[in-house]
Amino acid sequence: MGIALQIIEIATASIPPDMRAARVERVNLKIGKLSAVVPDSLRFCFDIVSKDTLLAGAALAIEETPVVARCKECDARWSITEPVFTCKACNSGALEILSGRELDIVSIEIAEEGGHENSGE
Amino acid sequence: MKTVESKRPTREIKVVRRVLAVNERMAEQNRRRFAEKGVFVINVMSSPGSGKTTTLQKTLERLMPGVKAAVIVGDVATTHDADRLAVTGAPVVQVNTDAFGGDCHLAAHVIEKAADDIDLDAIELLIVENVGNLVCPAEFDIGEDARVVVLSVTEGEDKPVKYPTMFRTCDAAILNKIDLLPHLDYDKDQAVAYIRQVNPAMPVFEISARTGAGMDAWIGWLKGKVSSKLKAQS
Repeated sequence: MGIALQIIEIATASIPPDMRAARVERVNLKIGKLSAVVPDSLRFCFDIVSKDTLLAGAALAIEETPVVARCKECDARWSITEPVFTCKACNSGALEILSGRELDIVSIEIAEEGGHENSGE
Repeated sequence: MKTVESKRPTREIKVVRRVLAVNERMAEQNRRRFAEKGVFVINVMSSPGSGKTTTLQKTLERLMPGVKAAVIVGDVATTHDADRLAVTGAPVVQVNTDAFGGDCHLAAHVIEKAADDIDLDAIELLIVENVGNLVCPAEFDIGEDARVVVLSVTEGEDKPVKYPTMFRTCDAAILNKIDLLPHLDYDKDQAVAYIRQVNPAMPVFEISARTGAGMDAWIGWLKGKVSSKLKAQS
């Protein structure tokens, strides 16, 4: 819920002043598979808290990024697909997580004027 | 409200920001504030019912008055946990997150506010008992020095692999209620193996908060952390 609120805050602040009456169609997010965010729960929360905001009705497009690790001992790199955090090559537990913890808002997509607008403005 | 796949022309506006950037900045601010005061902060997380409050109550009883500690307790509602912890004599600040939208975690700004009610000059250790939840709290830095996850032998052995983010981001794990092992089919070795699989270097303290078994090792670890922070300050 807190995450959905933050997305709304950042996205709202990113709408150019001259497009405040337009509809935000989509919010593009990048979310790592090792973040604590479950996409469906986030969508559910977002739909609730975005009501009565400029983001109402916007879709969340979520790109899930894989968990990529590097072994600090032998420099092997691989994608972690199961919750096993030891090196596949040398069995070391000293890993650096290169990606998979992302929780980023990449862009927003706003409807261009001249569509089926029925804005009262 | 239905979301319709629209083919209408849209203008894409680049944002490229971390969603939790505001929380992360606030957490860094908290961290600096606690460092200036030489206060070691632990963020204690668990699923509901793991015995977190009892563990902290027994921990405080053993630490105090040698180690001066205070507690911030997060719950969605009620002051039950705070009442139990206050018995130890430690200053306790209760945070009910329903004032913040019923959040399932404590965020950095909540800790900043709660810390105003604590005399930071008078303590060396601040224990934050987070809301019982193994998911969201993992994502919210509150400015802590260490994260501890509590799980108990009445839960599934596979909690660590079900919630790898939580177990990856923690610095120590407490496996509580080991006094119940004779009555359960719980495979403790498997549980510890799962923890090691997710976080190979993490110390695991097998304890019973009720009987006091295993508490010495945990208290020793915590005391070591508190005194190293004090040394870093002076």
